[in-house]
Order: sequence, then structure tokens, then C-alpha cells
Amino acid sequence: MKTVYEKPAVFKEAVTNYCAGCGHGIVSKLIAELIDEMDLQEKGIMVWPVGCSVLSDRYFKMDTFVAMHGRAPATATGIKRARPDKLVMVYQGDGDLVSEGMAEIMHAAIRGEKLSIVFINNAIFGMTGGQMAATTLIGQTASTAPLGRKTETSGYPMRMAETLATMPGVSYSARCTINTPARIRECKKMIKKIYEMQMSDQHGLCFLEILSPCPTGWNTTPVNALDWIDEKMVETYPLGLFKDEESE
Amino acid sequence: MEKRVFMEGNEAMAEAAIRAGCKLFFGYPITPATEVLEYYARAMAERPEEEIMVVQAETELAAFSMVAGAAASGNRAMTATSGPGFSLGQESMSFMSAAEIPAVVVDSMRPGPGDGEILPAQGDYFQAVKGGGHGDYNTLVLAPYSIQEMCDLIQEAFVLAEKYCNPVVMLVDSTLSKMREAVALPGYTEVPDPDSKPNALRGCGKEESHHIITSGDGAVQWGEYNDMLQEKFKKMRENEVRYESYEVEDADIVMVAYGSMARVCQSAMRMAREKGIKAGMIRPISLWPFPKEAIAAVGDKKILVCELSAGQMVEDVQLSVKDRDNVYFHGKLGGATPTADDILSKIEEVIGA
Repeated sequence: MKTVYEKPAVFKEAVTNYCAGCGHGIVSKLIAELIDEMDLQEKGIMVWPVGCSVLSDRYFKMDTFVAMHGRAPATATGIKRARPDKLVMVYQGDGDLVSEGMAEIMHAAIRGEKLSIVFINNAIFGMTGGQMAATTLIGQTASTAPLGRKTETSGYPMRMAETLATMPGVSYSARCTINTPARIRECKKMIKKIYEMQMSDQHGLCFLEILSPCPTGWNTTPVNALDWIDEKMVETYPLGLFKDEESE
Repeated sequence: MEKRVFMEGNEAMAEAAIRAGCKLFFGYPITPATEVLEYYARAMAERPEEEIMVVQAETELAAFSMVAGAAASGNRAMTATSGPGFSLGQESMSFMSAAEIPAVVVDSMRPGPGDGEILPAQGDYFQAVKGGGHGDYNTLVLAPYSIQEMCDLIQEAFVLAEKYCNPVVMLVDSTLSKMREAVALPGYTEVPDPDSKPNALRGCGKEESHHIITSGDGAVQWGEYNDMLQEKFKKMRENEVRYESYEVEDADIVMVAYGSMARVCQSAMRMAREKGIKAGMIRPISLWPFPKEAIAAVGDKKILVCELSAGQMVEDVQLSVKDRDNVYFHGKLGGATPTADDILSKIEEVIGA
């Protein structure tokens, strides 16, 4: 019988802790496939955040640093400066990157650190159970915004991909999503791109924002969560490529 | 005779660290520690053959995280700061101890609380010695009292950090950081291959992967992990006590002081002896682990603890002795250092008491 698909070899024999319909599992699988296809087990060092994806360390046979909340870009800076020949693969959620670690991501970008950052935007705090994030949409309910996010008290959703694209230290910035099979394939190409750009050593920070479903945090079903991305999220967070030094 | 140079404390310490193979420095400017960062930055610019890498971080929070990342890769890395920055770094102190990352951190103390002053002080004793971050952890805390000792101890600090896979704090103060004195700079030391360190991040390939993680996996696993850490702290307590005693044997009164304060007490001790008062001194060099047994061995002599604080180390002295009423304290706050005459008066007061 012909094998058409196998579990990526870099995955450990672990059972996923992610909820049904969660986007972290999809993106983890894409990264795992790329590690296999691009032969990155020796080249790569992974940096995970605090948040739901803190669990991802359990799934990968990779050298790994699980950073303190928000500090992943600073920790990754330390690793990359110490071992510049390595591919430092950073992964952060929105609580981690936009709230707790805003200074760290902005200054990694200011310095033009040679890092590849995958940023999962699901507009909510997942691990702590559905609190408002800096990325929560206006009007979106959360346990800490029971009547929906109001701009008067909680301000506006933060657009990271557009903001970072304006910075000279950033070489690539894009936003994609994973709510259809075609978009998942597209997302994989973009992750591959930010890894390749770091390995070429010609570029600064490479950033990919992924709009990711969180049915548990959004209090909806996995299928409805996929639709909600198109119906609600994309309006605030348009998909697209905001900067690519290689094509300029 | 070995060559001695006249050098500022911060700069001499930075040079000693470079010679100890610490090529990675991450820092944020703060008085009175800034010259360590500046010295490293100059070394990076002027000594390319040594492959020194310096990052001026956006905050101490980030600088400490960078140190954690760099040290986790198996390379020697450090930062130097003062109280306000050390406070921000406590998150990483707790993390690095939990994650078994060997890093060296210099805290050059200035008077707090708050923004405070930029003069000498010893008010960060509790923060350094008791663990200023969250959770149950300890770090080795070394307190030199001369520029020579700053240089020698910082080289040893890297070895100790690697021996125990734990951060080491060099606790100095404005006086030691900013003064100049003659020092025989220690030479270049042997540095272990980063890949030889058991859990260093290097890119595992097909070998066993390395994981720097402090997230627990339930009460049983995290309990056992904590027990393992405590076992290590116990070994540190047993093996790494350092102190010096001066004329304790025949003394009627024994001072306990560390860092720049100990130098003043040393002068006061000589002045007291000249006046016929049998004064001695114990100078803790490791503040954690604290030299409890040496203090206990003082017996029923009077003890005078002198600190540039409201009384922090004095609590550890009291815990070390049978009779707490024998322990007297003299402290000064705000940035001024007592003179030897001040201490002598206090000695006379205690002896007469």
C-alpha cells in the first residue's frame, strides 16, 4: 500500500491537549511538517511562549526554550546572539506578544533581530479562560468584558502585522488564516518563507500573524469558529502581505 | 612581582568577566553599574578577535531574559544592574533558578526604596539572599569587599554557576563599583565547550532533545521537581560557605560586616585594638549560603552587625546565634557610609553596655 500521509517524524508520541477546533494544533502540524521537509531538527531552536501553546513543547523533538510570559523575543535574542548559525523559531500568542510582551516584540523589531516569529491571533486569552485581549474585537464579549469590548474603557484592537511592517528592522510581515484547507496550505508557504529568510542571513525580523480559531474562548462550535474568522475578524484584521523585502 | 593596574571597580570586574570567557553581555544603563555595559561595548568595538557580543536592551526585564536565552545555549553570559533593574530582573532570577540556567548577575546596590539615590547602600540584601522573585529558590550570593576580590570572585562565579546550573549574584555597591584601586587582573581562564553542557540548546538533530521549561505537569511532577531543586540548594549550602575572620579568637566584641562596610569596620577594629579594646570581625563573603557556623562559633562574645541598611543581614546573624540579645546593630541609610570613628563609638557603646 502506498503511504500518502504520515505523522511528522519530529512529533513525539504525545496526545494533544488542545481543544477541538483549536488553531494551535493546525499550526503546530504545519511547523512540524516544515521541520521534516526542510531538515531543521539540528538547525532549529524553538522558543515557545506562555499561554495555551506552552503545551507545544511536549509535542516536538526539538531543542526548546519555553520563555517567561511575553519575553520570548528577548530570550530568542539571547539565543540567536549566542548561536547566530541557528534558526530561532519563535511562536507567541496574543496575550504573550501584544499585552505582556509588547516591549520585547517592538524592540526585537527595532533592533532588526534575525528571528522568525509566528504570532497566533485568536482575539482572546485562551489558557486563562476567555478574558479580553488587546486583540479582542470591539463589541466582542469576554469574561472580563461581559457586555463586549468598549473603546471608552478598553481601547482598540491592535494590528501587529501592519505596525511592524512600518519598521525598517522588519523584513517580512504578513497576516493569514487557517479556516479553509487552501488557506492552511497558503499559511504553510508563509511559515516556510519566514524560516528561509532567517536562514539566508540577509534579513531582519520576519513576522507572520495567523488568525486562529478558539471555539472554547469564543464560546462557539469549531465549525462556527471558522466562519467567525471571515464574518468578524478579517474586517479588523485584513489578510495580506504588508512587507516582503525579497520582493521589493 | 605581578603587574598591577589602577582601575575602577566596574571596569576591572568587566575585564575579569571577559577573561573568564563571558563573551555575551546584555544590559541597560543604570547608575552605578553602567560602566560594566560601557566597558563591554568598547571591548566589542575594539577587540573584534575576542568575538564579544553586547546588546543594550530596552529594559532590565529584557536584558535578564536575553541572559537566560544566551546562557541556556551553553555560553557564559551576564548582566550588571542596580536595585531598580534588579527588581525587574527578579522574574528571570526565579526562572533561571527553576530552569537550571547558569548565569552571572551583578547587582551594584544603591539606596532605595523606590528610585532612591545613586550612592552606596546594602539594602538589596533581602532581595538577593532571600530570593526576590516568586517561588522557592535560592541563588549563590557573593559579596566582595575590594576590587581585587570583585575580579577574582566574578571569575569563580561563572564556574559556580555551571557547577550548580544556577544563577550566581555578585552583590556589590556604589563604592566598590565606582572607586579605583590597584588590582592584579586575573588571567584568561579555560572555558568549557558550550556543547559539553548537559542541557545546552544547540539543535538536537536526531539525538535526545534539550528542553528549558519551568511549566509544571501536575502536583506530583512539580513536587518532585521542586524536591530536586531543594536537594541542589542543600548541596550549595553545605559546600559554598565563604567568609574571613579577623582577630576573633581573643575578641570581646566581634563585628559582622560585608562589602564596602567591612573595610570601614576593619579600620575601626584596628583603632579599637590601639585603644585596648579587643575587637574582631567576621566578613561573610557568601551571603547565601550564610556562614552560620562561623557566627555561632563566636559563642557568648558581643556581636555588632554593621550594614548600609535598616538591618537586613542582622536577621541572619540573629538566626545563627543562641542568644539574640548579644547581637547589636549599627546601620546607616540614604547613601552615606559611617566613618571608622562612628563605628568605634558604637563599639565603645556596645562594650560598655
